[in-house]
Amino acid sequence: MSLTEKYPQEVKKILAKYPPEQKRSAVMPLLYLAQRQEGYATRAAMQDIADLLAITPTDVASIIGFYTLFHDEKEGRYRMQVCTDLPCALRGADQFLQELCTNLQVQVGQTSEDDLVTIEEVKCLAGCDKAPMFQLQGENGIEYHENMTVDKTLELIEALRKSGKEVK
Amino acid sequence: MAHILLRHRDIPDINKLEVYRKNGGFEAFKQVVTSMKPEAVTEVVKASGLRGRGGAGFPTGLKWAFMDNKNWPHYVVANADESEPGTFKDREIMENNPFQFLEGVAISAYAVGAHAAYVYLRGEFWQVAAFLDERIEDMEKAGLLGGKLFGTDYELKIYTHLGAGAYICGEETALLESMEGKRGQPRLRPPFPPSFGLYGKPTVVNNVETFTNIPMIFSKGADWYKALGTADSAGVKVFSLSGRVKKPGNYELPFGTTFRQLVYEHGGGIINDRPVKAIMAAGASSSIIKVDDKALDTPMDYASVRTLGADLGSASVIVIDDTVSIEWVISKTVEFFKHESCGKCTPCREGNYWMMHVIERMEAGEDVEANTELLLSVAKQMQNKCLCALGEFATMAVVSGIERFPDDFTTSSIGGGHA
Ligand SMILES: Cc1cc2nc3c(=O)[nH]c(=O)nc-3n(C[C@H](O)[C@H](O)[C@H](O)COP(=O)(O)O)c2cc1C
Ligand code: SF4
Ligand code: FES
Repeated sequence: MSLTEKYPQEVKKILAKYPPEQKRSAVMPLLYLAQRQEGYATRAAMQDIADLLAITPTDVASIIGFYTLFHDEKEGRYRMQVCTDLPCALRGADQFLQELCTNLQVQVGQTSEDDLVTIEEVKCLAGCDKAPMFQLQGENGIEYHENMTVDKTLELIEALRKSGKEVK
Repeated sequence: MAHILLRHRDIPDINKLEVYRKNGGFEAFKQVVTSMKPEAVTEVVKASGLRGRGGAGFPTGLKWAFMDNKNWPHYVVANADESEPGTFKDREIMENNPFQFLEGVAISAYAVGAHAAYVYLRGEFWQVAAFLDERIEDMEKAGLLGGKLFGTDYELKIYTHLGAGAYICGEETALLESMEGKRGQPRLRPPFPPSFGLYGKPTVVNNVETFTNIPMIFSKGADWYKALGTADSAGVKVFSLSGRVKKPGNYELPFGTTFRQLVYEHGGGIINDRPVKAIMAAGASSSIIKVDDKALDTPMDYASVRTLGADLGSASVIVIDDTVSIEWVISKTVEFFKHESCGKCTPCREGNYWMMHVIERMEAGEDVEANTELLLSVAKQMQNKCLCALGEFATMAVVSGIERFPDDFTTSSIGGGHA
Protein backbone atom coordinates (compact mmCIF):
# COMPACT_ATOMS: atom_id res chain seq x y z
CA MET A 1 0.00 0.00 0.00
CA SER A 2 1.34 3.42 -0.84
CA LEU A 3 1.83 6.16 1.72
CA THR A 4 -1.18 8.09 0.41
CA GLU A 5 -3.37 5.00 0.61
CA LYS A 6 -2.22 4.23 4.10
CA TYR A 7 -2.42 7.74 5.58
CA PRO A 8 -4.59 9.82 3.21
CA GLN A 9 -5.58 12.46 5.79
CA GLU A 10 -2.08 12.96 7.09
CA VAL A 11 -0.49 13.25 3.67
CA LYS A 12 -3.04 15.88 2.71
CA LYS A 13 -2.48 17.82 5.93
CA ILE A 14 1.29 17.78 5.48
CA LEU A 15 1.14 19.00 1.89
CA ALA A 16 -1.22 21.82 2.89
CA LYS A 17 1.44 23.34 5.14
CA TYR A 18 3.61 24.53 2.26
CA PRO A 19 3.01 26.64 -0.83
CA PRO A 20 1.90 24.34 -3.70
CA GLU A 21 5.01 25.15 -5.75
CA GLN A 22 7.26 24.29 -2.77
CA LYS A 23 6.11 20.72 -2.20
CA ARG A 24 9.63 19.55 -1.58
CA SER A 25 9.40 21.03 1.92
CA ALA A 26 7.19 18.06 2.78
CA VAL A 27 10.00 15.53 2.39
CA MET A 28 10.93 15.42 6.08
CA PRO A 29 7.39 15.20 7.49
CA LEU A 30 6.60 12.48 4.92
CA LEU A 31 9.68 10.52 5.93
CA TYR A 32 8.51 10.61 9.55
CA LEU A 33 5.19 9.25 8.36
CA ALA A 34 6.91 6.53 6.35
CA GLN A 35 8.99 5.50 9.35
CA ARG A 36 6.01 5.23 11.64
CA GLN A 37 5.30 1.58 11.02
CA GLU A 38 8.63 -0.13 10.43
CA GLY A 39 10.94 2.31 12.18
CA TYR A 40 12.73 2.96 8.90
CA ALA A 41 11.94 4.13 5.38
CA THR A 42 11.49 1.26 2.93
CA ARG A 43 12.50 1.55 -0.73
CA ALA A 44 8.86 1.62 -1.72
CA ALA A 45 8.16 4.48 0.68
CA MET A 46 11.10 6.44 -0.69
CA GLN A 47 9.72 6.01 -4.19
CA ASP A 48 6.25 7.12 -2.99
CA ILE A 49 7.68 10.28 -1.48
CA ALA A 50 9.69 11.03 -4.57
CA ASP A 51 6.57 10.66 -6.74
CA LEU A 52 4.46 12.82 -4.45
CA LEU A 53 6.99 15.65 -4.45
CA ALA A 54 8.31 15.36 -7.99
CA ILE A 55 11.88 14.70 -6.87
CA THR A 56 14.06 11.63 -7.38
CA PRO A 57 14.45 8.71 -4.96
CA THR A 58 18.14 9.71 -4.79
CA ASP A 59 17.09 13.09 -3.41
CA VAL A 60 15.07 11.34 -0.76
CA ALA A 61 17.95 9.01 0.08
CA SER A 62 20.32 11.93 0.46
CA ILE A 63 17.97 13.47 3.04
CA ILE A 64 17.88 10.18 4.94
CA GLY A 65 21.66 10.08 4.89
CA PHE A 66 22.07 13.62 6.23
CA TYR A 67 19.75 13.50 9.23
CA THR A 68 20.36 11.18 12.16
CA LEU A 69 16.67 10.56 12.89
CA PHE A 70 16.00 8.98 9.51
CA HIS A 71 16.91 5.37 8.86
CA ASP A 72 16.92 3.11 5.83
CA GLU A 73 17.52 -0.14 7.70
CA LYS A 74 15.74 -2.11 10.30
CA GLU A 75 17.12 -1.95 13.85
CA GLY A 76 15.75 -3.06 17.20
CA ARG A 77 12.13 -2.17 17.76
CA TYR A 78 13.25 0.58 20.12
CA ARG A 79 16.28 2.82 20.05
CA MET A 80 17.39 3.92 23.47
CA GLN A 81 19.58 6.95 22.88
CA VAL A 82 21.52 8.05 25.91
CA CYS A 83 22.94 11.56 25.95
CA THR A 84 26.60 11.59 26.92
CA ASP A 85 27.37 15.13 25.83
CA LEU A 86 29.39 17.41 28.10
CA PRO A 87 26.68 18.73 30.47
CA CYS A 88 25.17 15.27 30.98
CA ALA A 89 28.62 13.70 31.31
CA LEU A 90 29.34 16.18 34.11
CA ARG A 91 26.41 14.55 35.91
CA GLY A 92 27.36 10.91 35.47
CA ALA A 93 25.98 10.04 32.02
CA ASP A 94 29.04 8.10 30.84
CA GLN A 95 28.93 5.89 33.89
CA PHE A 96 25.18 5.40 33.53
CA LEU A 97 25.58 4.23 29.95
CA GLN A 98 28.38 1.86 30.84
CA GLU A 99 26.45 0.24 33.68
CA LEU A 100 23.36 -0.05 31.52
CA CYS A 101 25.33 -1.82 28.79
CA THR A 102 26.95 -4.17 31.29
CA ASN A 103 23.54 -5.09 32.64
CA LEU A 104 22.10 -5.70 29.20
CA GLN A 105 25.26 -7.44 28.00
CA VAL A 106 25.51 -5.29 24.89
CA GLN A 107 27.93 -2.68 23.70
CA VAL A 108 27.03 0.83 22.63
CA GLY A 109 25.53 0.60 19.14
CA GLN A 110 24.38 -2.99 19.58
CA THR A 111 20.92 -4.48 19.80
CA SER A 112 19.70 -6.75 22.57
CA GLU A 113 19.54 -10.43 21.70
CA ASP A 114 15.77 -10.43 21.35
CA ASP A 115 15.92 -7.50 18.87
CA LEU A 116 13.96 -5.34 21.29
CA VAL A 117 16.24 -2.42 21.93
CA THR A 118 19.32 -0.85 20.36
CA ILE A 119 21.48 1.16 22.76
CA GLU A 120 23.00 4.27 21.27
CA GLU A 121 24.95 7.29 22.43
CA VAL A 122 23.76 10.73 21.27
CA LYS A 123 24.54 14.42 21.60
CA CYS A 124 22.72 16.99 23.71
CA LEU A 125 18.93 16.56 23.78
CA ALA A 126 18.10 19.77 25.69
CA GLY A 127 17.51 17.96 28.96
CA CYS A 128 20.92 18.62 30.52
CA ASP A 129 19.56 19.54 33.96
CA LYS A 130 17.87 16.15 34.22
CA ALA A 131 20.79 13.79 33.49
CA PRO A 132 21.13 10.90 33.20
CA MET A 133 18.56 11.00 30.43
CA PHE A 134 17.77 9.34 27.13
CA GLN A 135 15.20 9.38 24.41
CA LEU A 136 13.32 6.29 23.38
CA GLN A 137 12.53 6.06 19.69
CA GLY A 138 9.82 3.60 18.84
CA GLU A 139 6.54 3.22 17.01
CA ASN A 140 4.98 6.00 19.07
CA GLY A 141 7.58 8.56 18.07
CA ILE A 142 10.15 9.89 20.51
CA GLU A 143 9.75 9.88 24.26
CA TYR A 144 12.07 11.56 26.78
CA HIS A 145 13.08 9.80 29.99
CA GLU A 146 14.86 12.06 32.44
CA ASN A 147 16.48 11.80 35.87
CA MET A 148 16.98 8.09 35.21
CA THR A 149 18.79 5.37 37.12
CA VAL A 150 20.00 2.04 35.73
CA ASP A 151 17.33 0.21 37.75
CA LYS A 152 14.50 2.38 36.47
CA THR A 153 15.79 1.90 32.92
CA LEU A 154 15.91 -1.89 33.26
CA GLU A 155 12.33 -1.83 34.55
CA LEU A 156 11.31 0.24 31.55
CA ILE A 157 12.93 -2.26 29.16
CA GLU A 158 11.18 -5.11 30.94
CA ALA A 159 7.84 -3.31 30.51
CA LEU A 160 8.52 -2.79 26.80
CA ARG A 161 9.34 -6.46 26.41
CA LYS A 162 6.05 -7.49 28.04
CA SER A 163 3.92 -5.05 26.08
CA GLY A 164 5.44 -6.37 22.85
CA LYS A 165 4.49 -9.95 23.73
CA GLU A 166 0.91 -8.98 24.46
CA VAL A 167 0.54 -7.40 21.06
CA LYS A 168 1.73 -10.57 19.37
CA MET B 1 9.91 39.38 40.94
CA ALA B 2 7.20 37.78 38.86
CA HIS B 3 8.50 35.98 35.78
CA ILE B 4 8.18 37.64 32.40
CA LEU B 5 8.97 34.61 30.23
CA LEU B 6 8.64 31.60 32.53
CA ARG B 7 5.23 32.83 33.66
CA HIS B 8 3.98 29.27 34.12
CA ARG B 9 6.01 29.23 37.31
CA ASP B 10 3.70 31.91 38.75
CA ILE B 11 0.43 31.20 36.94
CA PRO B 12 -0.78 27.59 36.96
CA ASP B 13 -2.32 26.27 33.72
CA ILE B 14 -1.13 29.20 31.61
CA ASN B 15 -0.69 26.61 28.85
CA LYS B 16 -4.50 26.58 28.56
CA LEU B 17 -5.88 29.20 26.23
CA GLU B 18 -8.57 30.51 28.57
CA VAL B 19 -6.07 30.93 31.41
CA TYR B 20 -3.58 32.68 29.17
CA ARG B 21 -6.32 35.04 27.95
CA LYS B 22 -7.57 35.72 31.47
CA ASN B 23 -4.06 36.93 32.21
CA GLY B 24 -4.02 39.39 29.36
CA GLY B 25 -3.05 36.94 26.65
CA PHE B 26 -3.55 38.04 23.00
CA GLU B 27 -4.48 41.58 24.04
CA ALA B 28 -1.15 42.74 22.62
CA PHE B 29 -1.76 40.92 19.32
CA LYS B 30 -5.25 42.38 19.09
CA GLN B 31 -3.97 45.85 19.89
CA VAL B 32 -1.28 45.82 17.21
CA VAL B 33 -3.51 44.34 14.50
CA THR B 34 -6.43 46.69 15.16
CA SER B 35 -4.63 49.93 16.00
CA MET B 36 -1.02 49.96 14.77
CA LYS B 37 0.73 50.22 11.42
CA PRO B 38 3.22 47.37 10.90
CA GLU B 39 6.20 49.76 10.85
CA ALA B 40 5.12 51.21 14.19
CA VAL B 41 5.21 47.72 15.71
CA THR B 42 8.80 47.29 14.60
CA GLU B 43 9.65 50.71 16.07
CA VAL B 44 8.40 49.63 19.50
CA VAL B 45 10.57 46.50 19.36
CA LYS B 46 13.55 48.63 18.36
CA ALA B 47 12.91 51.00 21.26
CA SER B 48 12.73 48.11 23.75
CA GLY B 49 16.38 47.27 23.13
CA LEU B 50 15.49 43.58 22.67
CA ARG B 51 18.37 41.53 21.28
CA GLY B 52 18.14 38.02 19.81
CA ARG B 53 18.37 35.18 22.33
CA GLY B 54 19.62 32.52 19.92
CA GLY B 55 23.28 33.36 20.54
CA ALA B 56 24.39 36.30 18.43
CA GLY B 57 22.45 39.00 20.30
CA PHE B 58 21.47 40.90 17.17
CA PRO B 59 18.95 43.74 17.78
CA THR B 60 15.54 42.25 16.96
CA GLY B 61 13.73 45.41 15.82
CA LEU B 62 16.56 46.24 13.47
CA LYS B 63 16.36 42.78 11.90
CA TRP B 64 12.64 43.23 11.24
CA ALA B 65 13.30 46.64 9.71
CA PHE B 66 15.72 45.02 7.23
CA MET B 67 12.91 43.06 5.55
CA ASP B 68 12.94 43.78 1.84
CA ASN B 69 9.60 45.38 0.97
CA LYS B 70 10.11 44.97 -2.78
CA ASN B 71 10.01 41.20 -2.63
CA TRP B 72 6.90 39.30 -1.45
CA PRO B 73 5.55 37.19 0.24
CA HIS B 74 7.33 37.55 3.58
CA TYR B 75 7.79 34.75 6.08
CA VAL B 76 8.48 34.44 9.79
CA VAL B 77 10.36 31.41 11.11
CA ALA B 78 10.84 30.59 14.78
CA ASN B 79 14.10 28.85 15.48
CA ALA B 80 13.23 26.05 17.92
CA ASP B 81 16.17 23.85 16.99
CA GLU B 82 17.71 24.25 20.47
CA SER B 83 20.69 21.95 20.07
CA GLU B 84 23.58 23.78 21.71
CA PRO B 85 24.89 21.48 24.46
CA GLY B 86 23.73 23.00 27.74
CA THR B 87 20.69 24.83 26.34
CA PHE B 88 17.21 23.76 27.43
CA LYS B 89 15.20 26.95 27.79
CA ASP B 90 13.15 27.03 24.58
CA ARG B 91 11.79 23.61 25.38
CA GLU B 92 10.57 24.74 28.82
CA ILE B 93 8.94 27.81 27.28
CA MET B 94 7.16 25.89 24.51
CA GLU B 95 5.98 23.14 26.84
CA ASN B 96 4.67 25.42 29.53
CA ASN B 97 4.00 28.91 28.18
CA PRO B 98 3.26 28.09 24.53
CA PHE B 99 0.74 30.85 23.85
CA GLN B 100 3.05 33.66 24.85
CA PHE B 101 5.61 32.31 22.39
CA LEU B 102 2.99 31.91 19.64
CA GLU B 103 1.62 35.39 20.32
CA GLY B 104 5.14 36.75 19.86
CA VAL B 105 5.38 34.95 16.52
CA ALA B 106 2.00 36.38 15.49
CA ILE B 107 2.96 39.96 16.39
CA SER B 108 6.20 39.58 14.47
CA ALA B 109 4.31 38.26 11.44
CA TYR B 110 1.99 41.26 11.50
CA ALA B 111 4.94 43.63 11.82
CA VAL B 112 6.60 42.31 8.66
CA GLY B 113 3.41 41.58 6.71
CA ALA B 114 3.77 37.80 6.73
CA HIS B 115 0.73 35.57 6.36
CA ALA B 116 2.53 32.31 7.10
CA ALA B 117 4.87 31.55 9.98
CA TYR B 118 6.72 28.32 10.68
CA VAL B 119 8.12 26.94 13.91
CA TYR B 120 11.16 24.79 13.07
CA LEU B 121 11.71 22.34 15.92
CA ARG B 122 14.56 19.89 16.31
CA GLY B 123 13.28 16.41 15.46
CA GLU B 124 13.72 15.18 19.01
CA PHE B 125 11.04 17.69 20.08
CA TRP B 126 8.43 15.44 18.54
CA GLN B 127 6.14 15.64 21.54
CA VAL B 128 6.59 19.40 21.82
CA ALA B 129 5.59 19.78 18.18
CA ALA B 130 2.46 17.67 18.67
CA PHE B 131 1.59 19.81 21.69
CA LEU B 132 2.14 23.05 19.76
CA ASP B 133 -0.05 21.74 16.92
CA GLU B 134 -2.89 21.40 19.43
CA ARG B 135 -2.29 24.90 20.81
CA ILE B 136 -2.31 26.29 17.26
CA GLU B 137 -5.64 24.55 16.72
CA ASP B 138 -6.95 26.14 19.94
CA MET B 139 -6.00 29.52 18.52
CA GLU B 140 -7.66 28.80 15.18
CA LYS B 141 -10.89 27.79 16.89
CA ALA B 142 -10.81 30.98 18.97
CA GLY B 143 -10.37 33.13 15.87
CA LEU B 144 -6.83 34.15 16.82
CA LEU B 145 -5.38 32.63 13.65
CA GLY B 146 -6.86 32.33 10.17
CA GLY B 147 -8.61 34.99 8.08
CA LYS B 148 -10.16 38.35 9.03
CA LEU B 149 -8.39 38.57 12.37
CA PHE B 150 -10.18 40.87 14.83
CA GLY B 151 -12.43 42.06 12.01
CA THR B 152 -9.53 43.32 9.87
CA ASP B 153 -8.23 41.99 6.57
CA TYR B 154 -5.13 40.57 8.19
CA GLU B 155 -4.75 36.80 8.00
CA LEU B 156 -2.17 34.49 9.47
CA LYS B 157 -1.41 30.78 9.70
CA ILE B 158 1.23 29.19 11.90
CA TYR B 159 2.68 25.73 11.16
CA THR B 160 5.20 23.51 12.90
CA HIS B 161 8.00 21.79 10.98
CA LEU B 162 10.19 19.08 12.48
CA GLY B 163 13.91 18.77 11.80
CA ALA B 164 15.55 15.38 12.13
CA GLY B 165 18.67 15.51 14.28
CA ALA B 166 21.34 17.89 13.01
CA TYR B 167 22.82 20.65 15.17
CA ILE B 168 23.79 22.67 12.12
CA CYS B 169 20.09 23.22 11.34
CA GLY B 170 20.08 25.75 14.19
CA GLU B 171 22.18 28.00 11.99
CA GLU B 172 19.55 30.11 10.30
CA THR B 173 20.44 29.54 6.66
CA ALA B 174 20.94 25.79 7.17
CA LEU B 175 17.55 25.81 8.88
CA LEU B 176 15.98 27.42 5.83
CA GLU B 177 17.61 24.91 3.49
CA SER B 178 16.29 22.13 5.68
CA MET B 179 12.80 23.63 5.62
CA GLU B 180 12.97 23.63 1.85
CA GLY B 181 13.43 19.86 1.99
CA LYS B 182 17.17 19.83 1.39
CA ARG B 183 20.23 18.77 3.35
CA GLY B 184 20.74 21.26 6.17
CA GLN B 185 23.88 23.00 4.99
CA PRO B 186 24.51 26.73 5.50
CA ARG B 187 24.23 29.19 2.64
CA LEU B 188 26.85 31.76 1.91
CA ARG B 189 25.89 35.03 3.67
CA PRO B 190 25.18 37.74 2.61
CA PRO B 191 22.43 37.80 1.45
CA PHE B 192 20.86 37.48 4.88
CA PRO B 193 17.38 36.03 5.45
CA PRO B 194 15.59 39.42 5.62
CA SER B 195 16.42 39.83 1.94
CA PHE B 196 16.76 36.17 0.84
CA GLY B 197 15.22 33.66 3.19
CA LEU B 198 12.71 30.85 2.91
CA TYR B 199 12.05 30.02 -0.77
CA GLY B 200 14.26 33.00 -1.56
CA LYS B 201 11.76 35.37 0.06
CA PRO B 202 12.41 37.90 2.84
CA THR B 203 12.26 36.05 6.14
CA VAL B 204 12.57 36.92 9.81
CA VAL B 205 14.31 34.16 11.77
CA ASN B 206 14.25 34.59 15.53
CA ASN B 207 14.80 32.35 18.50
CA VAL B 208 11.86 31.04 20.57
CA GLU B 209 12.87 33.04 23.64
CA THR B 210 13.22 36.21 21.56
CA PHE B 211 9.61 35.89 20.37
CA THR B 212 8.38 35.14 23.87
CA ASN B 213 9.53 38.58 25.03
CA ILE B 214 7.42 40.40 22.44
CA PRO B 215 3.88 40.30 23.96
CA MET B 216 5.10 41.72 27.29
CA ILE B 217 6.92 44.53 25.51
CA PHE B 218 3.57 45.61 24.05
CA SER B 219 1.47 45.09 27.15
CA LYS B 220 3.89 46.87 29.49
CA GLY B 221 5.75 49.18 27.13
CA ALA B 222 9.18 49.42 25.55
CA ASP B 223 10.44 51.75 28.31
CA TRP B 224 9.45 49.32 31.02
CA TYR B 225 11.33 46.57 29.17
CA LYS B 226 14.41 48.63 28.49
CA ALA B 227 14.69 49.56 32.17
CA LEU B 228 15.22 45.88 33.01
CA GLY B 229 18.72 44.51 32.60
CA THR B 230 21.69 46.67 31.68
CA ALA B 231 22.32 49.50 29.25
CA ASP B 232 23.95 47.10 26.79
CA SER B 233 21.61 44.16 27.29
CA ALA B 234 17.98 45.08 27.91
CA GLY B 235 15.49 42.88 29.67
CA VAL B 236 15.57 39.44 31.20
CA LYS B 237 17.22 36.23 30.06
CA VAL B 238 16.58 32.59 30.75
CA PHE B 239 19.90 31.16 31.90
CA SER B 240 20.20 27.39 31.44
CA LEU B 241 22.44 26.30 34.30
CA SER B 242 24.04 22.85 34.07
CA GLY B 243 27.10 20.88 35.10
CA ARG B 244 28.48 20.49 38.60
CA VAL B 245 25.93 22.59 40.49
CA LYS B 246 23.51 21.33 43.13
CA LYS B 247 20.40 22.75 41.45
CA PRO B 248 20.73 22.79 37.67
CA GLY B 249 17.81 24.24 35.72
CA ASN B 250 16.49 27.33 33.99
CA TYR B 251 16.62 30.62 35.84
CA GLU B 252 15.01 33.75 34.45
CA LEU B 253 17.05 36.72 35.67
CA PRO B 254 17.76 40.25 34.53
CA PHE B 255 20.86 40.69 32.39
CA GLY B 256 23.63 41.88 34.67
CA THR B 257 23.11 39.22 37.31
CA THR B 258 26.58 37.96 38.27
CA PHE B 259 27.91 34.45 37.71
CA ARG B 260 28.26 34.18 41.49
CA GLN B 261 24.58 34.91 42.05
CA LEU B 262 23.56 32.39 39.41
CA VAL B 263 25.81 29.60 40.63
CA TYR B 264 25.48 30.09 44.38
CA GLU B 265 22.16 31.84 45.09
CA HIS B 266 20.15 30.11 42.42
CA GLY B 267 22.16 26.99 41.62
CA GLY B 268 22.77 26.14 45.28
CA GLY B 269 26.57 26.04 44.87
CA ILE B 270 28.78 23.20 43.73
CA ILE B 271 28.29 19.47 44.31
CA ASN B 272 30.25 18.46 47.44
CA ASP B 273 31.05 22.16 47.91
CA ARG B 274 34.09 21.98 45.65
CA PRO B 275 35.52 25.17 44.16
CA VAL B 276 34.45 26.33 40.68
CA LYS B 277 37.26 25.88 38.22
CA ALA B 278 35.81 27.00 34.94
CA ILE B 279 32.61 28.23 33.33
CA MET B 280 31.37 27.88 29.78
CA ALA B 281 28.74 30.59 29.32
CA ALA B 282 27.65 29.74 25.78
CA GLY B 283 27.41 25.95 25.89
CA ALA B 284 29.93 23.87 23.96
CA SER B 285 30.61 26.88 21.70
CA SER B 286 32.26 28.81 24.54
CA SER B 287 35.68 30.07 25.25
CA ILE B 288 36.33 28.55 28.65
CA ILE B 289 36.40 31.15 31.42
CA LYS B 290 39.01 30.54 34.08
CA VAL B 291 37.14 31.27 37.27
CA ASP B 292 38.44 33.50 40.05
CA ASP B 293 36.65 36.06 42.24
CA LYS B 294 36.71 38.64 39.51
CA ALA B 295 35.08 36.28 37.03
CA LEU B 296 32.44 35.22 39.54
CA ASP B 297 31.54 38.85 40.18
CA THR B 298 31.25 39.67 36.49
CA PRO B 299 27.73 40.67 35.44
CA MET B 300 26.20 38.42 32.82
CA ASP B 301 25.48 40.75 29.94
CA TYR B 302 26.90 40.69 26.43
CA ALA B 303 29.57 43.37 26.97
CA SER B 304 30.78 42.31 30.42
CA VAL B 305 31.26 38.66 29.55
CA ARG B 306 33.40 39.79 26.63
CA THR B 307 35.87 41.37 29.10
CA LEU B 308 36.59 37.80 30.26
CA GLY B 309 37.56 36.76 26.74
CA ALA B 310 34.31 34.87 26.24
CA ASP B 311 30.77 35.34 24.95
CA LEU B 312 27.40 35.06 26.62
CA GLY B 313 25.86 33.44 23.53
CA SER B 314 22.61 31.72 24.38
CA ALA B 315 23.51 31.85 28.12
CA SER B 316 23.90 28.11 28.55
CA VAL B 317 26.09 28.21 31.62
CA ILE B 318 28.03 24.97 32.10
CA VAL B 319 29.80 24.86 35.46
CA ILE B 320 32.99 22.85 35.90
CA ASP B 321 34.58 22.16 39.29
CA ASP B 322 38.14 21.27 40.28
CA THR B 323 37.56 17.52 39.92
CA VAL B 324 37.28 17.89 36.15
CA SER B 325 40.15 18.04 33.66
CA ILE B 326 39.89 20.66 30.93
CA GLU B 327 41.56 18.24 28.54
CA TRP B 328 38.58 15.92 29.03
CA VAL B 329 36.18 18.86 28.55
CA ILE B 330 37.64 19.70 25.16
CA SER B 331 37.65 16.05 24.14
CA LYS B 332 33.87 16.23 24.66
CA THR B 333 33.40 19.49 22.74
CA VAL B 334 35.58 18.35 19.84
CA GLU B 335 33.71 15.08 19.64
CA PHE B 336 30.49 17.08 19.45
CA PHE B 337 31.64 19.38 16.66
CA LYS B 338 33.26 16.59 14.68
CA HIS B 339 29.94 14.79 14.79
CA GLU B 340 27.95 17.90 13.85
CA SER B 341 30.14 19.44 11.14
CA CYS B 342 27.95 19.42 8.04
CA GLY B 343 30.95 18.67 5.82
CA LYS B 344 30.35 21.48 3.35
CA CYS B 345 33.72 23.19 3.79
CA THR B 346 37.15 21.65 4.21
CA PRO B 347 38.68 23.53 7.19
CA CYS B 348 35.77 22.56 9.44
CA ARG B 349 35.31 19.01 8.19
CA GLU B 350 39.02 18.10 8.18
CA GLY B 351 39.97 20.31 11.12
CA ASN B 352 37.50 18.70 13.48
CA TYR B 353 38.53 15.27 12.29
CA TRP B 354 42.17 16.11 12.98
CA MET B 355 41.54 17.64 16.36
CA MET B 356 39.72 14.48 17.47
CA HIS B 357 42.52 12.33 16.13
CA VAL B 358 45.20 14.33 17.97
CA ILE B 359 43.22 14.20 21.21
CA GLU B 360 42.92 10.43 20.91
CA ARG B 361 46.67 10.12 20.45
CA MET B 362 47.24 12.37 23.42
CA GLU B 363 44.92 10.32 25.58
CA ALA B 364 46.79 7.20 24.53
CA GLY B 365 49.79 8.84 26.17
CA GLU B 366 51.66 9.71 22.98
CA ASP B 367 53.94 12.73 23.37
CA VAL B 368 51.47 14.94 25.19
CA GLU B 369 53.39 18.17 24.81
CA ALA B 370 53.91 17.91 21.07
CA ASN B 371 50.34 16.81 20.50
CA THR B 372 48.97 19.68 22.59
CA GLU B 373 50.91 22.10 20.44
CA LEU B 374 49.67 20.40 17.30
CA LEU B 375 46.09 20.57 18.55
CA LEU B 376 46.41 24.27 19.25
CA SER B 377 47.85 24.92 15.84
CA VAL B 378 45.13 22.95 14.03
CA ALA B 379 42.47 24.94 15.92
CA LYS B 380 44.11 28.25 15.08
CA GLN B 381 44.39 27.32 11.43
CA MET B 382 40.66 26.71 11.30
CA GLN B 383 39.81 30.15 12.61
CA ASN B 384 38.42 32.68 10.13
CA LYS B 385 38.39 30.08 7.35
CA CYS B 386 35.05 28.40 7.80
CA LEU B 387 31.85 29.09 5.91
CA CYS B 388 29.67 29.31 8.99
CA ALA B 389 30.18 29.94 12.68
CA LEU B 390 30.18 26.25 13.61
CA GLY B 391 33.76 25.90 12.45
CA GLU B 392 34.71 28.84 14.65
CA PHE B 393 32.73 27.51 17.62
CA ALA B 394 34.64 24.23 17.42
CA THR B 395 37.92 25.99 18.11
CA MET B 396 36.82 28.16 21.05
CA ALA B 397 37.07 25.64 23.88
CA VAL B 398 40.24 24.13 22.40
CA VAL B 399 42.21 27.35 22.14
CA SER B 400 41.03 28.86 25.43
CA GLY B 401 41.34 25.53 27.24
CA ILE B 402 44.95 24.97 26.23
CA GLU B 403 45.99 28.59 26.73
CA ARG B 404 44.26 29.12 30.07
CA PHE B 405 44.72 25.68 31.65
CA PRO B 406 48.17 24.46 30.57
CA ASP B 407 48.47 22.26 33.67
CA ASP B 408 45.70 20.04 32.33
CA PHE B 409 47.75 19.21 29.24
CA THR B 410 50.75 17.45 30.73
CA THR B 411 51.74 13.78 30.68
CA SER B 412 50.78 13.34 34.31
CA SER B 413 47.39 15.08 34.07
CA ILE B 414 46.04 13.36 30.94
CA GLY B 415 43.41 10.77 31.65
CA GLY B 416 42.47 12.24 35.03
CA GLY B 417 39.36 14.13 36.02
CA HIS B 418 36.66 12.43 34.05
CA ALA B 419 33.83 13.95 36.08
C1 LIG C 1 26.08 26.31 14.38
C2 LIG C 1 24.98 27.23 14.83
C3 LIG C 1 23.93 26.72 15.57
C4 LIG C 1 22.88 27.54 15.99
N1 LIG C 1 21.88 26.99 16.72
C5 LIG C 1 20.84 27.78 17.09
C6 LIG C 1 19.73 27.22 17.79
O1 LIG C 1 19.69 26.03 18.10
N2 LIG C 1 18.71 28.05 18.13
C7 LIG C 1 18.72 29.38 17.80
O2 LIG C 1 17.76 30.07 18.11
N3 LIG C 1 19.75 29.93 17.13
C8 LIG C 1 20.80 29.17 16.77
N4 LIG C 1 21.84 29.74 16.06
C9 LIG C 1 21.74 31.16 15.70
C10 LIG C 1 20.92 31.37 14.42
O3 LIG C 1 21.77 31.25 13.30
C11 LIG C 1 20.30 32.76 14.35
O4 LIG C 1 21.27 33.71 14.60
C12 LIG C 1 19.18 32.96 15.35
O5 LIG C 1 18.20 31.99 15.20
C13 LIG C 1 18.57 34.33 15.16
O6 LIG C 1 17.58 34.54 16.13
P1 LIG C 1 17.76 35.64 17.28
O7 LIG C 1 18.19 36.91 16.62
O8 LIG C 1 16.40 35.75 17.88
O9 LIG C 1 18.77 35.13 18.22
C14 LIG C 1 22.91 28.92 15.65
C15 LIG C 1 23.98 29.43 14.93
C16 LIG C 1 25.00 28.61 14.52
C17 LIG C 1 26.13 29.19 13.74
S1 SF4 D 1 31.90 25.56 8.97
FE1 SF4 D 1 31.41 23.38 9.28
S2 SF4 D 1 29.23 23.33 9.69
FE2 SF4 D 1 29.67 25.36 8.79
S3 SF4 D 1 29.35 25.07 6.57
FE3 SF4 D 1 31.51 24.60 6.95
S4 SF4 D 1 31.53 22.35 7.27
FE4 SF4 D 1 29.41 23.02 7.49
S1 FES E 1 24.01 17.37 27.45
FE1 FES E 1 22.63 15.75 27.64
S2 FES E 1 20.75 16.69 27.28
FE2 FES E 1 22.13 18.32 27.09
